[in-house]
Amino acid sequence: MVERLVLAIEKPLKEAIWDCRMCGQCILHSTGLSCPMHCPKNLRNGPCGGVRANGTCEVYADKRCVWVEAWEGSQRLPAFKGHIEHLQKPVDWQLLGSSSWINLVNGRDRVAPKGWKADGHA
Amino acid sequence: MATPSRLAELLRAGRFVVTAELSSSNSADPEATWRRAEVLRGSVDAINCTDNTGAHVHMSSLAASHLLVEKGLEPIMQLTVRDRNRLALQADLLGAAALGVRNLVLMSGDDVTAGDHPEASRIYDIDSMQLLEVAAAMRDRGTYLSGRKLEQAPSFFIGAVENPFAPPLEFRPLRLQKKLRAGADFIQTQLVFDVSLFARFMAAVADLELIGKVFIIPSVGIPRSARGANFMREKVPGLHVPESLVSRLEKTPPARQAEEGVKIAVELVNAVREIPGVSGVHLIGIKWEEGVVQVAEAAGLLPRPTLSPLVTAGGRG
Repeated sequence: MVERLVLAIEKPLKEAIWDCRMCGQCILHSTGLSCPMHCPKNLRNGPCGGVRANGTCEVYADKRCVWVEAWEGSQRLPAFKGHIEHLQKPVDWQLLGSSSWINLVNGRDRVAPKGWKADGHA
Repeated sequence: MATPSRLAELLRAGRFVVTAELSSSNSADPEATWRRAEVLRGSVDAINCTDNTGAHVHMSSLAASHLLVEKGLEPIMQLTVRDRNRLALQADLLGAAALGVRNLVLMSGDDVTAGDHPEASRIYDIDSMQLLEVAAAMRDRGTYLSGRKLEQAPSFFIGAVENPFAPPLEFRPLRLQKKLRAGADFIQTQLVFDVSLFARFMAAVADLELIGKVFIIPSVGIPRSARGANFMREKVPGLHVPESLVSRLEKTPPARQAEEGVKIAVELVNAVREIPGVSGVHLIGIKWEEGVVQVAEAAGLLPRPTLSPLVTAGGRG
């Protein structure tokens, strides 16, 4: 019930600003406010090797690479500047469609698989 | 039980290594793989078996790697996160270890739209950085990503890739550092054509104090014809082939273009060798293993070293 209410605000807001994919485990502050879920390869730890010389995506030649934007954005966010270097844990696909705000508050978005090393979280 | 990675031993002994890419097979007959691989015997230290390269389907890198092990050749198994989820990736890693594969190169992979099945679904369950950490956890902590214990941990020499020539250029050395932290022991780079840009990248890597912590092996391509070079320039994602290289080949009569391609590759090998922090060279002759041998020969990289029995005996599994 609470989640539905929060989602009613979070979803339209984040979709309007970031075209949010509702992964439920937001790391925008670590990626210069460029959403990594827009990367066709779902890369959460940096760009692939296919970025074109002009900075556009290997897959969508008319779109700028999410990570080119993330790099530029991270340079403008001094408070989180080093965060782009953090090793991000694998996506928990069970959280798809859930509220990242609630997951942030109750810590659900920080739960990593047991075999994932403890450090290196954003 | 496990034979050690010879590639790891050579690099740790400070030897300049030579690796090469094997043309992937479209044949159910193992002889096709062995025939191509035999050309490389004695001219390289280890051989990359690619994983559906360019997103075109071929024999699996796991099977090709095992065919090489059977013949006493040392494979480097490439594995992408494009075609497999975390379960399949770990299953293949463990299977590879049991089949004698010691060297890995883990990567994102060219997108499906670059290949012959552009309509395929993309997996990308985890990313290449996370796969490095998963392989390192299997090796170092003996667990799957779930935390479940392995009965016997694999002994991998873990490789990753980096493209020093793709934007955002300033981020690339940091991304290499991130890969090292995630578990990479060595890096094979994208094909180097722009030596001065590569030297700048290596200088940035040196500034991060990563030299000596990770072995960096730049790739050198061996263009066989002007047409091939032009194809690489226009069609292969992430490749930055200069116009001058294509026109140099175009000015060469067709019958002599392969020879000129070898010459270009030798010049590149000699140039990258001079750059501090370069631990070896990875030679790529597309469907042209003979070209690899010619370049290795002409660049003075032969014969390949044999390890002293002392070093081999002390090898880690």
